[in-house]
Amino acid sequence: MAKEKLFEVVDLRISAYDDEGVEVPIVRGVSFDIHKGEVVALIGESGSGKTTISLASLAYTKPGLHFTGGQAKLYGKDVLTMAPLEQREIRGGNVAYLAQSAAATFNPAITIGEQVTESAVLHGRLNQEEATKRALELYHALELPGADRIGLRYPHQVSGGQLQRLMAAMALCGKPDLMVLDEPTTALDVTTQIEVLKAFKKVIREENSAAIYVTHDLAVVAQIADHIVVLYRGEIMEQGSADQIINHPTHAYTKRLMEAVRPRPESGMGVDASGDHDRVIDNIEVRNMTAGYGGIVDGEPVIPILKDINVSVKNGHVVGVIGESGCGKSTLARVMAGMLQPARGDIILDGKTLEGALKNRNLDELQKVQFVFQMADTALNPKQLIGNIIGRPLEFYHGLTGREKHAKVAEILEMVELPAAFANRYPMELSGGQKQRINLARALAASPEVMLCDEVTSALDSIVGANVIKLLTSLRDKTGVSFVFISHDLSTVASFADEIVVLYAGRVVEQGPTDEVLEPPFHPYTRLLISSVPEMRIGWLEDTMKRREMAVGIARGVEITAKGCPFYNRCPLAIEGTCQTLIPPTLELENGHQIACHLTLEDLQQAEADAQRILLGYEKLGHDDPQIHVP
Amino acid sequence: MMTRMVMQRIGIGFATLWVVSVIIFVATSILPGDVAEIVLGQSATPETLAALRAELGLDQPWYVRYFSWLGDMAVGDLGISKAGGATISSLIGGRLGNTLMMAGWVSVISIPISIALGLWAAMHPGTWLDRIVTFGTLSLISVPEFFIATIAVLVLAVELHWLPSTAYMTGEESFWELMKALAMPLITLVIVVSAQMIRMTRAGILNVMSSPYIEMAILKGVPRGRIIMRHAFYNAIGPIINVIALNLAYLVSGVVIVETIFAYPGLAKLMIDGVQTRDLPLVQACAMIFCGTYVVLILLADIGSILSNPRLRNPK
Repeated sequence: MAKEKLFEVVDLRISAYDDEGVEVPIVRGVSFDIHKGEVVALIGESGSGKTTISLASLAYTKPGLHFTGGQAKLYGKDVLTMAPLEQREIRGGNVAYLAQSAAATFNPAITIGEQVTESAVLHGRLNQEEATKRALELYHALELPGADRIGLRYPHQVSGGQLQRLMAAMALCGKPDLMVLDEPTTALDVTTQIEVLKAFKKVIREENSAAIYVTHDLAVVAQIADHIVVLYRGEIMEQGSADQIINHPTHAYTKRLMEAVRPRPESGMGVDASGDHDRVIDNIEVRNMTAGYGGIVDGEPVIPILKDINVSVKNGHVVGVIGESGCGKSTLARVMAGMLQPARGDIILDGKTLEGALKNRNLDELQKVQFVFQMADTALNPKQLIGNIIGRPLEFYHGLTGREKHAKVAEILEMVELPAAFANRYPMELSGGQKQRINLARALAASPEVMLCDEVTSALDSIVGANVIKLLTSLRDKTGVSFVFISHDLSTVASFADEIVVLYAGRVVEQGPTDEVLEPPFHPYTRLLISSVPEMRIGWLEDTMKRREMAVGIARGVEITAKGCPFYNRCPLAIEGTCQTLIPPTLELENGHQIACHLTLEDLQQAEADAQRILLGYEKLGHDDPQIHVP
Repeated sequence: MMTRMVMQRIGIGFATLWVVSVIIFVATSILPGDVAEIVLGQSATPETLAALRAELGLDQPWYVRYFSWLGDMAVGDLGISKAGGATISSLIGGRLGNTLMMAGWVSVISIPISIALGLWAAMHPGTWLDRIVTFGTLSLISVPEFFIATIAVLVLAVELHWLPSTAYMTGEESFWELMKALAMPLITLVIVVSAQMIRMTRAGILNVMSSPYIEMAILKGVPRGRIIMRHAFYNAIGPIINVIALNLAYLVSGVVIVETIFAYPGLAKLMIDGVQTRDLPLVQACAMIFCGTYVVLILLADIGSILSNPRLRNPK
């Protein structure tokens, strides 16, 4: 190969020691190479050792792990046997690390700018002035809002998605030879993910650096990797070029991973649950609701989040709420649950208007609406037995005690497909997926009519997440409970929701039955979201960037506007003079499908046809004119 | 938000002081006998008692006495010592000066030493030097201060004859003589307060050291010293400030044993003397000064913690 070999892992072995001092091998003899300008992806489920292997390039192991054999050679020199001082020069100098959770990896007490430039300056790769200048260029390249001043801010002052991009800036600032990217886009919205992937590809190409990309998401891998290493329990199952692994996998495990990839959201995926549990009245409904934070002045919230929301959930239905982070999805659930009092509007449960504030609701009303939080780790009290966690709502709402309570706890555990013996365990003894089941069981114990699930599968890996979705579906079928399922992951929502509500900047831009929403005509924003979900196809990223909704939609951020359509600045079909000043009317289509847009149905259908044509003959239209007007 | 929090803390501080004043007043009131009986002692007759009580205002209802006492206290009039006849302000004045001088010297020596040792131990966890520091400080916390004082006297005064065993001061000595007189209680107190501050600094830093952002700093190749000083210390500063404040408060009010052993004329010893002579106005005044010191120092620590938290300093 003509390219210079940059990094080489030879028969790497890493072990942990258990309580009795017995060696437990975590990585068992792994070898692969990385050349300049190349991205090597390490893929596998959680527990496959992919992060552990990637950290070897920094001569680092998590506490409790030890290198027991093999080499990790950077420019032919083994980093594992270097002196500590030399290893320190490698870390952050030649090799930069980018962690999965940016929110935890930024130091809360230091400004963003100092943290971004720190390692570049410390290792003498740039002086402070150059580093600050380079950081500024990166902020602009990564489309960070308020890029000129963002370096002066503290981590808590910017959003999670922005922090993730800032961390990319931190890794890129010192122009490292090799970047270790550990699930860098897993926590991001699909639209932001595209942006970050684009930025990585660009930097690696332009600066002829290289990267180790750690992920479980094959669709993402297909976009960025040149070479793929498939891992299972610390061993390589298969490795080869991206084309070879994605298009012609040979190992059974690789094929299994492929099958677990969630299908792209398409029409026809929706579940039709109408019939079985339908009642005439809606189960829970939100009418003309406006809500926000910071108190209410003159009937308007000081920091408005949601505006004029109308959503209704029918009995036994699953309503998926999707939108980018910050669009108000969680706020909607919090208002329904009574945790946030709306400034205006009504919440109606079984035809009866509910009090806005939790403390004014009666026991019966509280019992009917239950909330399931995203992080089971923080939602479950670590000092309480599972039996007590599930038993508490049984006691509180249903007055069950003693043997009756125990029997019911066992029954509920069975419903979430866990053995009854789990009642005597503590949350920390369970796996992530099991904890999420307990989290659901706790809500279920109240025998609610509505369960509000806030990103309940987002922290789980795809196989475990898919099992939780299966469980939710069966619970719905058995108990007739309705779900409000909040997620930024369109594929998950599409695979199990009866209806979808698309939120953008605190407004409902489109809603209706799943099949209708996922089928043209689309609201321009829904189209952007759907087009942003990666396909497991090499070259998809490049192709999709040619779509015109991408040209404007991806590059610009959300602007909260008081008037007009909030999506105006990112919309390829925006009508000059109308969209930014007038609140869009609602187009009523078949089966209760609604789109809030100034364009007519014909316009939207025409746009869809154009979009297909433009995608095929893109070059003719040119890249710089996103404002193509529909005839 | 921050200004509001600080104002809130100041408000709570005043409220605490007021509650304390009520408790002190009630506690000293329910003690049997009053100042009139103490002053007159054996020569008390019902008539002389009544006359003295009227003169001192002791025949007034309790709430009148409470508010006049509180009012006087607020303007700095601590009253007249019922036993000696001197004003309490003059009695306390010199003693308070001595106490503050001792507390000041102890702080100036122990705070930098403690933070440095704590940081140093946190930088080298598990090494034998760290173990010596951890074990040594734990032993010193467990040992009562009179024991440390006694050992110090035994070694430094009795055996080696380096220092005088009492801290007798005339007020006319030179700086060097003064230092020599203060040395024994100073050494004892530095040892007592440092042990706790060292442990807290070490524990605070080590607690922060397990955060993901410290791992990130390691992976960025930041040298260990800089990780501790720049990345960890700023996040651990809140609890460290608090333990320093508590120890400073101890230096003002809790050092009676050390003052007694070395015959150092400080405020705590004055209060004990007041209790022995049943000089209630003196006891009340001392108690208020001690409580006030605690409230002010803890208030300062709270404000320090708020200021050191970037989330509160820079709202969204």
